[in-house]
Amino acid sequence: MPIELVREKYSDAINTVRIGRAGSKSVNIGGETTLPFLFDEGAMPNPPLVALEIFDCEPADWPEGLKRPYGASLKDPVSWAKKCATEFGAQVLCIRLMSIHPDCGNKTGEEVVPIVKAVFKETGLPLIIVGSGDDDKDNDVLPKVSQALKGENCLLGIATQNNYKTLAATCLADGHSIIAESPIDINIAKQVNILISDMGCDSKRIVMHPTTTSLGYGMEYVYSIMERGRLAAFIGDKMLAMPFILFAGSEVWKTKEARESGDTQGVNWELTTTVAMLQAGADLVVMRHPVAARSAMAYIKNIMDRG
Amino acid sequence: MIVIGELINGMYKDVGKAVSNRETDVIQHLAIDQVKAGSQVLDVNTGPYSKNPKDDMKWLIESIQAVVDVRLALDSTKADVIEEGLRLVKNRAVINSTNADEAKMDVIFGLAKKYNTQVIGLAMDKAGVPNSREKRLELAATIMAKAIDYGIGTDDVFLDPIVLPVNVAQTQGREVLEAIREFSCLSDPAPNTVIGLSNVSQGTKFRSLVNRTFLTMAIADGLTSAILDPLDKELMDAMITAELVLNKHIYCDSFLDAYRKK
Repeated sequence: MPIELVREKYSDAINTVRIGRAGSKSVNIGGETTLPFLFDEGAMPNPPLVALEIFDCEPADWPEGLKRPYGASLKDPVSWAKKCATEFGAQVLCIRLMSIHPDCGNKTGEEVVPIVKAVFKETGLPLIIVGSGDDDKDNDVLPKVSQALKGENCLLGIATQNNYKTLAATCLADGHSIIAESPIDINIAKQVNILISDMGCDSKRIVMHPTTTSLGYGMEYVYSIMERGRLAAFIGDKMLAMPFILFAGSEVWKTKEARESGDTQGVNWELTTTVAMLQAGADLVVMRHPVAARSAMAYIKNIMDRG
Repeated sequence: MIVIGELINGMYKDVGKAVSNRETDVIQHLAIDQVKAGSQVLDVNTGPYSKNPKDDMKWLIESIQAVVDVRLALDSTKADVIEEGLRLVKNRAVINSTNADEAKMDVIFGLAKKYNTQVIGLAMDKAGVPNSREKRLELAATIMAKAIDYGIGTDDVFLDPIVLPVNVAQTQGREVLEAIREFSCLSDPAPNTVIGLSNVSQGTKFRSLVNRTFLTMAIADGLTSAILDPLDKELMDAMITAELVLNKHIYCDSFLDAYRKK
Protein backbone atom coordinates (compact mmCIF):
# COMPACT_ATOMS: atom_id res chain seq x y z
CA MET A 1 0.00 0.00 0.00
CA PRO A 2 1.51 3.34 -0.97
CA ILE A 3 2.32 5.66 1.89
CA GLU A 4 0.40 8.90 1.74
CA LEU A 5 2.42 11.79 3.12
CA VAL A 6 0.65 14.26 5.33
CA ARG A 7 1.06 17.75 3.91
CA GLU A 8 0.26 20.95 5.72
CA LYS A 9 -1.17 23.99 3.96
CA TYR A 10 -1.17 27.31 5.76
CA SER A 11 -3.36 30.34 5.29
CA ASP A 12 -0.81 33.11 5.87
CA ALA A 13 2.63 34.13 4.66
CA ILE A 14 5.71 35.64 6.26
CA ASN A 15 6.10 39.31 5.38
CA THR A 16 8.41 40.21 2.52
CA VAL A 17 10.96 42.82 3.54
CA ARG A 18 13.08 44.65 1.00
CA ILE A 19 16.57 45.77 1.90
CA GLY A 20 18.00 48.48 -0.33
CA ARG A 21 16.38 51.23 -2.33
CA ALA A 22 14.15 50.27 -5.26
CA GLY A 23 16.16 50.34 -8.44
CA SER A 24 19.44 49.58 -6.69
CA LYS A 25 20.87 46.15 -5.93
CA SER A 26 18.05 45.65 -3.43
CA VAL A 27 17.08 42.23 -2.13
CA ASN A 28 13.90 40.73 -0.72
CA ILE A 29 13.71 38.39 2.22
CA GLY A 30 10.75 36.44 3.61
CA GLY A 31 7.46 35.82 1.84
CA GLU A 32 7.40 32.10 2.50
CA THR A 33 4.23 30.11 3.10
CA THR A 34 5.92 26.97 4.37
CA LEU A 35 8.44 25.77 6.89
CA PRO A 36 11.88 25.81 5.28
CA PHE A 37 12.28 24.06 1.97
CA LEU A 38 9.06 22.02 2.13
CA PHE A 39 8.19 22.91 -1.42
CA ASP A 40 5.25 20.51 -1.57
CA GLU A 41 3.54 22.42 1.24
CA GLY A 42 4.09 26.04 0.20
CA ALA A 43 6.32 28.51 -1.56
CA MET A 44 9.60 30.22 -0.77
CA PRO A 45 9.53 33.09 -3.27
CA ASN A 46 12.73 34.60 -1.91
CA PRO A 47 15.68 32.27 -1.31
CA PRO A 48 17.37 32.83 2.06
CA LEU A 49 20.35 35.15 1.77
CA VAL A 50 23.85 35.26 3.16
CA ALA A 51 25.37 38.55 4.28
CA LEU A 52 29.05 38.99 5.03
CA GLU A 53 29.90 40.94 8.14
CA ILE A 54 32.54 43.64 8.33
CA PHE A 55 33.55 46.02 11.12
CA ASP A 56 34.14 49.74 10.83
CA CYS A 57 37.57 49.17 12.38
CA GLU A 58 40.16 46.41 12.49
CA PRO A 59 38.75 43.58 14.59
CA ALA A 60 40.72 43.14 17.77
CA ASP A 61 40.05 39.54 18.64
CA TRP A 62 39.45 37.60 15.45
CA PRO A 63 41.45 34.37 15.25
CA GLU A 64 44.05 33.92 12.51
CA GLY A 65 41.88 31.41 10.65
CA LEU A 66 39.20 34.01 10.21
CA LYS A 67 41.52 36.94 9.43
CA ARG A 68 43.60 35.15 6.80
CA PRO A 69 41.19 35.33 3.81
CA TYR A 70 40.76 39.07 4.27
CA GLY A 71 44.49 39.87 4.73
CA ALA A 72 45.43 43.52 4.95
CA SER A 73 41.97 44.68 3.95
CA LEU A 74 40.85 44.24 7.56
CA LYS A 75 42.65 47.52 8.34
CA ASP A 76 40.41 49.46 5.97
CA PRO A 77 36.64 48.92 6.10
CA VAL A 78 36.13 50.13 2.53
CA SER A 79 38.71 47.73 1.06
CA TRP A 80 37.28 44.98 3.24
CA ALA A 81 33.78 45.69 1.99
CA LYS A 82 34.92 45.75 -1.63
CA LYS A 83 36.65 42.42 -1.19
CA CYS A 84 33.41 40.94 0.19
CA ALA A 85 31.46 42.33 -2.75
CA THR A 86 33.79 41.50 -5.61
CA GLU A 87 35.87 38.53 -4.47
CA PHE A 88 33.54 36.72 -2.15
CA GLY A 89 30.18 37.30 -3.83
CA ALA A 90 28.34 38.84 -0.88
CA GLN A 91 24.69 39.64 -1.69
CA VAL A 92 24.29 41.83 1.35
CA LEU A 93 26.81 43.53 3.63
CA CYS A 94 26.51 43.87 7.37
CA ILE A 95 28.61 46.59 8.95
CA ARG A 96 29.02 46.43 12.70
CA LEU A 97 29.98 49.76 14.27
CA MET A 98 32.41 48.32 16.81
CA SER A 99 34.56 51.45 16.88
CA ILE A 100 31.89 53.45 18.66
CA HIS A 101 31.90 51.17 21.71
CA PRO A 102 33.46 52.91 24.72
CA ASP A 103 35.89 49.99 25.10
CA CYS A 104 36.82 49.77 21.41
CA GLY A 105 37.69 53.31 20.38
CA ASN A 106 34.64 55.28 21.48
CA LYS A 107 34.39 56.96 18.07
CA THR A 108 31.69 59.52 17.38
CA GLY A 109 28.96 59.62 14.79
CA GLU A 110 30.92 62.23 12.85
CA GLU A 111 33.84 59.81 12.61
CA VAL A 112 31.90 56.74 11.48
CA VAL A 113 29.36 58.29 9.12
CA PRO A 114 31.97 58.84 6.34
CA ILE A 115 33.09 55.22 6.69
CA VAL A 116 29.58 53.81 6.33
CA LYS A 117 28.82 56.15 3.43
CA ALA A 118 32.02 55.11 1.65
CA VAL A 119 31.26 51.43 2.15
CA PHE A 120 27.81 51.96 0.70
CA LYS A 121 29.06 54.03 -2.22
CA GLU A 122 31.91 51.71 -3.15
CA THR A 123 29.94 48.46 -3.04
CA GLY A 124 26.38 49.52 -3.84
CA LEU A 125 25.24 46.50 -1.82
CA PRO A 126 22.19 46.55 0.45
CA LEU A 127 23.40 47.32 3.96
CA ILE A 128 22.66 45.96 7.39
CA ILE A 129 24.02 48.36 9.99
CA VAL A 130 24.28 47.24 13.60
CA GLY A 131 25.53 49.10 16.62
CA SER A 132 28.24 48.15 19.06
CA GLY A 133 26.01 46.71 21.77
CA ASP A 134 26.43 49.73 24.05
CA ASP A 135 22.91 51.19 24.24
CA ASP A 136 23.90 54.77 24.99
CA LYS A 137 26.49 54.97 22.25
CA ASP A 138 24.27 53.18 19.76
CA ASN A 139 21.39 55.56 20.48
CA ASP A 140 23.75 58.47 19.90
CA VAL A 141 25.43 57.27 16.72
CA LEU A 142 22.85 55.16 14.85
CA PRO A 143 20.50 58.12 14.21
CA LYS A 144 23.39 60.00 12.55
CA VAL A 145 24.30 57.05 10.37
CA SER A 146 20.62 56.54 9.58
CA GLN A 147 20.18 60.12 8.48
CA ALA A 148 23.29 59.98 6.29
CA LEU A 149 21.73 57.07 4.38
CA LYS A 150 18.20 58.39 4.44
CA GLY A 151 15.97 56.72 1.88
CA GLU A 152 18.40 53.89 1.15
CA ASN A 153 16.21 51.41 3.00
CA CYS A 154 18.95 49.84 5.07
CA LEU A 155 18.28 47.35 7.86
CA LEU A 156 19.27 48.88 11.19
CA GLY A 157 19.76 47.20 14.54
CA ILE A 158 19.44 46.25 17.14
CA ALA A 159 16.20 47.10 18.97
CA THR A 160 15.41 45.26 22.19
CA GLN A 161 12.48 45.29 24.62
CA ASN A 162 14.29 47.81 26.81
CA ASN A 163 15.87 49.89 24.09
CA TYR A 164 13.81 50.32 20.95
CA LYS A 165 12.35 53.81 20.91
CA THR A 166 15.29 55.77 19.52
CA LEU A 167 16.02 53.27 16.80
CA ALA A 168 12.36 52.80 15.86
CA ALA A 169 11.84 56.56 15.57
CA THR A 170 15.05 56.86 13.54
CA CYS A 171 14.09 54.11 11.11
CA LEU A 172 10.64 55.59 10.73
CA ALA A 173 12.02 59.06 9.98
CA ASP A 174 14.68 57.94 7.51
CA GLY A 175 12.87 55.10 5.76
CA HIS A 176 14.90 52.14 7.02
CA SER A 177 13.84 48.73 8.30
CA ILE A 178 14.62 47.57 11.81
CA ILE A 179 15.97 44.47 13.55
CA ALA A 180 13.92 43.49 16.62
CA GLU A 181 15.79 41.27 19.05
CA SER A 182 14.57 38.94 21.78
CA PRO A 183 16.58 36.63 24.06
CA ILE A 184 15.56 33.25 22.56
CA ASP A 185 12.05 33.89 23.87
CA ILE A 186 9.02 33.81 21.58
CA ASN A 187 6.85 35.80 24.00
CA ILE A 188 9.35 38.65 24.14
CA ALA A 189 9.87 38.43 20.38
CA LYS A 190 6.18 39.10 19.87
CA GLN A 191 6.18 41.85 22.47
CA VAL A 192 9.11 43.71 20.87
CA ASN A 193 7.39 43.52 17.51
CA ILE A 194 4.24 45.04 19.01
CA LEU A 195 6.16 47.76 20.81
CA ILE A 196 7.93 48.76 17.61
CA SER A 197 4.78 48.69 15.52
CA ASP A 198 3.00 50.76 18.18
CA MET A 199 5.63 53.44 17.52
CA GLY A 200 4.19 53.73 14.04
CA CYS A 201 6.64 51.48 12.22
CA ASP A 202 5.06 49.31 9.57
CA SER A 203 5.21 45.74 10.88
CA LYS A 204 6.30 44.79 7.38
CA ARG A 205 9.58 46.63 7.97
CA ILE A 206 10.58 44.58 10.99
CA VAL A 207 13.03 41.69 10.83
CA MET A 208 13.21 39.44 13.88
CA HIS A 209 16.45 38.46 15.52
CA PRO A 210 15.49 35.60 17.83
CA THR A 211 19.04 35.54 19.21
CA THR A 212 20.90 32.40 18.46
CA THR A 213 23.82 30.31 19.44
CA SER A 214 26.44 28.21 17.76
CA LEU A 215 26.23 24.57 16.87
CA GLY A 216 26.90 22.62 20.05
CA TYR A 217 25.55 25.28 22.37
CA GLY A 218 21.81 24.70 22.23
CA MET A 219 20.81 25.18 18.57
CA GLU A 220 17.89 22.80 19.10
CA TYR A 221 16.28 25.26 21.49
CA VAL A 222 16.69 28.10 19.00
CA TYR A 223 15.17 25.83 16.37
CA SER A 224 12.13 25.11 18.55
CA ILE A 225 11.55 28.81 19.24
CA MET A 226 11.79 29.71 15.56
CA GLU A 227 9.53 26.86 14.53
CA ARG A 228 6.89 27.89 17.10
CA GLY A 229 6.94 31.47 15.85
CA ARG A 230 6.63 30.35 12.26
CA LEU A 231 3.71 28.02 12.89
CA ALA A 232 1.86 30.83 14.66
CA ALA A 233 2.58 33.23 11.81
CA PHE A 234 1.34 30.77 9.22
CA ILE A 235 -2.06 30.59 10.90
CA GLY A 236 -2.48 34.32 11.18
CA ASP A 237 -0.35 35.80 13.98
CA LYS A 238 0.68 39.06 12.28
CA MET A 239 2.95 39.98 15.17
CA LEU A 240 5.18 37.02 14.44
CA ALA A 241 5.04 37.16 10.63
CA MET A 242 8.44 38.82 10.29
CA PRO A 243 11.44 37.30 8.51
CA PHE A 244 14.31 36.03 10.68
CA ILE A 245 17.86 37.34 10.67
CA LEU A 246 20.54 35.28 12.43
CA PHE A 247 24.16 36.11 13.15
CA ALA A 248 26.02 32.85 12.58
CA GLY A 249 29.51 34.32 12.27
CA SER A 250 29.63 36.23 15.51
CA GLU A 251 28.29 33.23 17.44
CA VAL A 252 30.55 30.62 15.90
CA TRP A 253 33.79 32.56 16.03
CA LYS A 254 33.59 33.04 19.75
CA THR A 255 33.53 29.31 20.42
CA LYS A 256 36.72 27.50 21.28
CA GLU A 257 35.92 24.84 18.66
CA ALA A 258 36.15 27.45 15.91
CA ARG A 259 38.93 29.59 17.32
CA GLU A 260 41.42 27.01 18.45
CA SER A 261 41.31 24.27 15.83
CA GLY A 262 42.91 25.72 12.72
CA ASP A 263 41.11 26.99 9.64
CA THR A 264 39.05 24.04 8.53
CA GLN A 265 37.10 23.26 11.65
CA GLY A 266 36.06 26.89 12.15
CA VAL A 267 34.82 27.11 8.58
CA ASN A 268 32.93 23.84 8.91
CA TRP A 269 31.51 24.94 12.25
CA GLU A 270 30.19 28.17 10.77
CA LEU A 271 28.79 26.41 7.70
CA THR A 272 27.06 23.70 9.73
CA THR A 273 25.63 26.24 12.14
CA THR A 274 24.31 28.25 9.19
CA VAL A 275 22.69 25.20 7.60
CA ALA A 276 20.95 24.46 10.91
CA MET A 277 19.74 28.06 11.05
CA LEU A 278 18.44 27.87 7.48
CA GLN A 279 16.58 24.69 8.33
CA ALA A 280 15.09 26.46 11.33
CA GLY A 281 13.71 29.22 9.13
CA ALA A 282 16.41 31.88 8.82
CA ASP A 283 15.78 34.29 5.94
CA LEU A 284 19.06 36.15 6.29
CA VAL A 285 22.24 34.77 7.85
CA VAL A 286 25.13 37.06 8.66
CA MET A 287 28.40 35.17 8.29
CA ARG A 288 32.09 35.96 8.71
CA HIS A 289 34.30 33.44 6.91
CA PRO A 290 34.03 33.85 3.12
CA VAL A 291 34.65 30.16 2.42
CA ALA A 292 31.85 29.14 4.78
CA ALA A 293 29.64 31.84 3.26
CA ARG A 294 30.29 30.64 -0.28
CA SER A 295 29.45 27.05 0.70
CA ALA A 296 26.27 28.25 2.43
CA MET A 297 25.22 30.12 -0.74
CA ALA A 298 25.88 26.97 -2.78
CA TYR A 299 23.83 24.95 -0.31
CA ILE A 300 20.91 27.39 -0.63
CA LYS A 301 21.10 27.35 -4.42
CA ASN A 302 21.23 23.58 -4.50
CA ILE A 303 18.24 23.09 -2.23
CA MET A 304 16.21 25.91 -3.85
CA ASP A 305 16.82 24.39 -7.30
CA ARG A 306 15.04 21.25 -6.14
CA GLY A 307 11.94 23.37 -5.43
CA MET B 1 -12.94 32.00 17.42
CA ILE B 2 -15.19 33.20 14.67
CA VAL B 3 -17.07 36.18 16.10
CA ILE B 4 -20.50 36.82 14.63
CA GLY B 5 -21.69 40.30 15.62
CA GLU B 6 -25.31 40.20 16.80
CA LEU B 7 -26.28 43.85 16.90
CA ILE B 8 -27.97 44.31 13.52
CA ASN B 9 -31.22 42.73 14.58
CA GLY B 10 -34.61 44.39 14.26
CA MET B 11 -35.52 42.87 17.60
CA TYR B 12 -33.51 45.70 19.19
CA LYS B 13 -35.62 48.84 19.41
CA ASP B 14 -33.14 51.24 17.80
CA VAL B 15 -32.43 48.85 14.94
CA GLY B 16 -36.11 48.09 14.40
CA LYS B 17 -36.77 51.81 14.21
CA ALA B 18 -33.83 52.35 11.88
CA VAL B 19 -35.14 49.62 9.59
CA SER B 20 -38.66 51.01 9.38
CA ASN B 21 -37.42 54.61 8.93
CA ARG B 22 -34.56 53.63 6.60
CA GLU B 23 -31.94 55.30 8.85
CA THR B 24 -28.89 54.11 6.94
CA ASP B 25 -26.33 55.77 9.21
CA VAL B 26 -27.55 53.85 12.30
CA ILE B 27 -27.05 50.51 10.57
CA GLN B 28 -23.75 51.54 9.00
CA HIS B 29 -22.33 52.68 12.33
CA LEU B 30 -23.29 49.38 13.91
CA ALA B 31 -21.64 47.53 11.03
CA ILE B 32 -18.42 49.53 11.22
CA ASP B 33 -18.21 49.36 15.01
CA GLN B 34 -18.75 45.62 15.11
CA VAL B 35 -16.12 44.96 12.47
CA LYS B 36 -13.63 47.23 14.23
CA ALA B 37 -14.33 45.37 17.47
CA GLY B 38 -13.36 42.05 15.90
CA SER B 39 -16.39 40.54 14.17
CA GLN B 40 -15.54 38.39 11.18
CA VAL B 41 -19.22 37.90 10.36
CA LEU B 42 -22.23 40.16 10.96
CA ASP B 43 -25.64 38.71 11.71
CA VAL B 44 -28.45 40.42 9.78
CA ASN B 45 -31.99 40.05 11.05
CA THR B 46 -34.89 42.26 10.00
CA GLY B 47 -36.67 41.61 13.30
CA PRO B 48 -40.10 40.29 14.25
CA TYR B 49 -41.96 43.48 13.38
CA SER B 50 -40.75 43.83 9.83
CA LYS B 51 -43.75 44.24 7.55
CA ASN B 52 -41.81 43.48 4.40
CA PRO B 53 -38.81 41.39 5.45
CA LYS B 54 -37.54 40.79 1.90
CA ASP B 55 -37.26 44.51 1.22
CA ASP B 56 -35.83 45.13 4.66
CA MET B 57 -33.21 42.41 4.24
CA LYS B 58 -32.21 43.86 0.86
CA TRP B 59 -31.93 47.37 2.32
CA LEU B 60 -29.92 46.16 5.32
CA ILE B 61 -27.44 44.22 3.20
CA GLU B 62 -26.95 47.09 0.76
CA SER B 63 -26.46 49.55 3.61
CA ILE B 64 -23.91 47.32 5.37
CA GLN B 65 -21.97 46.38 2.25
CA ALA B 66 -21.62 50.03 1.27
CA VAL B 67 -19.32 50.61 4.25
CA VAL B 68 -17.71 47.31 5.27
CA ASP B 69 -16.30 44.33 3.41
CA VAL B 70 -17.43 41.55 5.71
CA ARG B 71 -19.21 38.23 5.66
CA LEU B 72 -22.89 38.22 6.59
CA ALA B 73 -25.04 35.71 8.44
CA LEU B 74 -28.54 35.98 7.02
CA ASP B 75 -30.83 35.43 9.94
CA SER B 76 -34.46 34.65 9.15
CA THR B 77 -36.96 31.87 9.59
CA LYS B 78 -38.20 32.53 6.06
CA ALA B 79 -36.32 30.90 3.19
CA ASP B 80 -37.43 33.51 0.64
CA VAL B 81 -35.98 36.29 2.82
CA ILE B 82 -32.69 34.42 3.07
CA GLU B 83 -32.59 33.81 -0.67
CA GLU B 84 -33.24 37.49 -1.33
CA GLY B 85 -30.15 38.21 0.75
CA LEU B 86 -28.04 35.50 -0.85
CA ARG B 87 -28.47 37.17 -4.24
CA LEU B 88 -26.90 40.32 -2.88
CA VAL B 89 -24.01 39.28 -0.63
CA LYS B 90 -20.50 40.06 -1.84
CA ASN B 91 -18.74 37.57 0.45
CA ARG B 92 -19.47 33.98 1.32
CA ALA B 93 -22.57 34.00 3.51
CA VAL B 94 -23.75 31.99 6.48
CA ILE B 95 -27.41 30.96 6.60
CA ASN B 96 -28.85 31.40 10.07
CA SER B 97 -30.41 28.81 10.29
CA THR B 98 -31.98 25.40 9.83
CA ASN B 99 -33.23 23.07 12.52
CA ALA B 100 -33.32 19.28 12.34
CA ASP B 101 -36.71 19.06 10.63
CA GLU B 102 -36.53 17.20 7.35
CA ALA B 103 -38.44 19.71 5.24
CA LYS B 104 -36.61 22.71 6.64
CA MET B 105 -33.22 21.09 6.10
CA ASP B 106 -34.07 20.28 2.49
CA VAL B 107 -34.87 23.92 1.78
CA ILE B 108 -31.91 25.41 3.65
CA PHE B 109 -29.24 22.96 2.52
CA GLY B 110 -30.61 23.32 -1.01
CA LEU B 111 -29.98 27.07 -0.76
CA ALA B 112 -26.58 26.48 0.84
CA LYS B 113 -25.54 24.27 -2.05
CA LYS B 114 -26.89 26.66 -4.69
CA TYR B 115 -25.18 29.73 -3.22
CA ASN B 116 -22.11 28.01 -1.69
CA THR B 117 -22.77 29.18 1.86
CA GLN B 118 -22.13 27.94 5.34
CA VAL B 119 -25.08 26.96 7.52
CA ILE B 120 -25.98 27.21 11.19
CA GLY B 121 -27.80 24.08 12.30
CA LEU B 122 -29.90 24.33 15.44
CA ALA B 123 -30.07 21.16 17.51
CA MET B 124 -33.84 21.35 17.85
CA ASP B 125 -36.87 20.20 15.92
CA LYS B 126 -40.65 20.53 15.84
CA ALA B 127 -40.76 19.19 19.38
CA GLY B 128 -38.73 22.18 20.54
CA VAL B 129 -35.41 22.50 22.36
CA PRO B 130 -34.15 19.24 23.84
CA ASN B 131 -33.29 19.15 27.50
CA SER B 132 -30.51 16.61 27.36
CA ARG B 133 -27.12 16.41 25.74
CA GLU B 134 -28.05 13.05 24.19
CA LYS B 135 -31.03 14.46 22.32
CA ARG B 136 -28.98 17.45 21.21
CA LEU B 137 -26.35 15.10 19.85
CA GLU B 138 -28.96 13.04 18.04
CA LEU B 139 -30.41 16.10 16.33
CA ALA B 140 -26.95 17.42 15.48
CA ALA B 141 -26.11 14.07 13.89
CA THR B 142 -29.30 14.29 11.84
CA ILE B 143 -28.25 17.72 10.59
CA MET B 144 -24.74 16.54 9.73
CA ALA B 145 -26.10 13.53 7.83
CA LYS B 146 -28.34 15.80 5.76
CA ALA B 147 -25.52 18.25 5.11
CA ILE B 148 -23.34 15.44 3.83
CA ASP B 149 -26.21 14.25 1.59
CA TYR B 150 -26.26 17.71 0.03
CA GLY B 151 -22.48 17.74 -0.44
CA ILE B 152 -21.93 20.49 2.12
CA GLY B 153 -18.46 20.40 3.72
CA THR B 154 -18.71 19.19 7.31
CA ASP B 155 -16.74 22.20 8.53
CA ASP B 156 -19.18 24.47 6.73
CA VAL B 157 -21.85 23.50 9.24
CA PHE B 158 -22.07 25.41 12.52
CA LEU B 159 -23.89 23.27 15.07
CA ASP B 160 -25.77 25.22 17.71
CA PRO B 161 -26.70 23.30 20.90
CA ILE B 162 -29.23 26.05 21.86
CA VAL B 163 -28.29 28.04 24.91
CA LEU B 164 -31.10 28.77 27.35
CA PRO B 165 -31.30 31.54 29.96
CA VAL B 166 -29.58 30.54 33.16
CA ASN B 167 -32.32 32.03 35.29
CA VAL B 168 -35.03 29.78 33.87
CA ALA B 169 -33.16 26.66 32.76
CA GLN B 170 -30.28 26.28 35.14
CA THR B 171 -29.81 22.58 34.48
CA GLN B 172 -29.14 23.24 30.78
CA GLY B 173 -25.76 24.95 31.11
CA ARG B 174 -23.88 21.71 31.71
CA GLU B 175 -25.89 19.93 29.00
CA VAL B 176 -25.00 22.58 26.43
CA LEU B 177 -21.30 22.52 27.32
CA GLU B 178 -21.16 18.72 27.08
CA ALA B 179 -23.00 18.88 23.76
CA ILE B 180 -20.41 21.28 22.34
CA ARG B 181 -17.67 18.83 23.26
CA GLU B 182 -19.56 15.92 21.68
CA PHE B 183 -20.54 17.78 18.49
CA SER B 184 -16.91 18.16 17.52
CA CYS B 185 -16.60 14.36 17.29
CA LEU B 186 -19.38 14.05 14.72
CA SER B 187 -17.22 14.40 11.61
CA ASP B 188 -13.73 14.82 10.25
CA PRO B 189 -13.05 17.64 9.58
CA ALA B 190 -15.01 18.57 12.68
CA PRO B 191 -18.09 20.75 12.31
CA ASN B 192 -17.92 24.26 13.71
CA THR B 193 -19.92 24.94 16.84
CA VAL B 194 -21.77 28.15 17.59
CA ILE B 195 -23.92 29.57 20.36
CA GLY B 196 -26.23 32.55 20.58
CA LEU B 197 -24.40 33.71 23.66
CA SER B 198 -26.58 36.54 24.94
CA ASN B 199 -29.45 34.13 25.48
CA VAL B 200 -27.69 32.67 28.51
CA SER B 201 -27.98 35.94 30.40
CA GLN B 202 -31.50 36.87 29.26
CA GLY B 203 -33.34 38.41 32.20
CA THR B 204 -30.41 38.25 34.59
CA LYS B 205 -29.01 41.16 36.52
CA PHE B 206 -25.33 40.93 35.53
CA ARG B 207 -25.65 40.14 31.86
CA SER B 208 -22.12 40.92 30.75
CA LEU B 209 -20.58 38.86 33.56
CA VAL B 210 -22.83 35.88 32.84
CA ASN B 211 -22.07 36.13 29.13
CA ARG B 212 -18.32 36.23 29.48
CA THR B 213 -18.22 33.50 32.09
CA PHE B 214 -20.26 31.16 29.93
CA LEU B 215 -18.27 32.03 26.81
CA THR B 216 -14.93 31.13 28.42
CA MET B 217 -16.39 27.82 29.65
CA ALA B 218 -17.73 27.03 26.20
CA ILE B 219 -14.40 27.90 24.59
CA ALA B 220 -12.72 25.47 26.96
CA ASP B 221 -15.16 22.82 25.72
CA GLY B 222 -14.16 23.49 22.13
CA LEU B 223 -16.58 26.15 20.91
CA THR B 224 -15.36 27.61 17.61
CA SER B 225 -17.80 30.46 17.03
CA ALA B 226 -20.34 32.64 18.84
CA ILE B 227 -23.02 35.12 18.01
CA LEU B 228 -22.36 37.87 20.53
CA ASP B 229 -22.06 41.58 21.25
CA PRO B 230 -18.55 42.44 20.08
CA LEU B 231 -18.82 45.94 21.56
CA ASP B 232 -18.71 44.40 25.04
CA LYS B 233 -14.98 44.91 25.51
CA GLU B 234 -14.73 42.84 28.66
CA LEU B 235 -16.43 39.97 26.86
CA MET B 236 -13.98 40.20 23.97
CA ASP B 237 -11.04 40.42 26.40
CA ALA B 238 -12.29 37.29 28.18
CA MET B 239 -12.61 35.49 24.87
CA ILE B 240 -9.06 36.41 23.83
CA THR B 241 -7.70 35.40 27.22
CA ALA B 242 -9.53 32.05 27.17
CA GLU B 243 -7.97 31.28 23.80
CA LEU B 244 -4.58 32.35 25.13
CA VAL B 245 -4.85 29.99 28.09
CA LEU B 246 -5.71 27.21 25.64
CA ASN B 247 -2.49 27.99 23.71
CA LYS B 248 -4.30 29.15 20.59
CA HIS B 249 -2.17 32.31 20.53
CA ILE B 250 1.38 32.90 21.62
CA TYR B 251 1.59 34.89 24.85
CA CYS B 252 3.17 38.31 25.04
CA ASP B 253 2.57 41.05 27.60
CA SER B 254 0.40 42.97 25.11
CA PHE B 255 -1.57 39.89 24.09
CA LEU B 256 -4.90 41.75 23.89
CA ASP B 257 -3.43 44.34 21.52
CA ALA B 258 -1.65 41.62 19.59
CA TYR B 259 -4.92 39.75 19.03
CA ARG B 260 -6.63 42.90 17.86
CA LYS B 261 -3.86 43.58 15.34
CA LYS B 262 -4.59 40.27 13.61
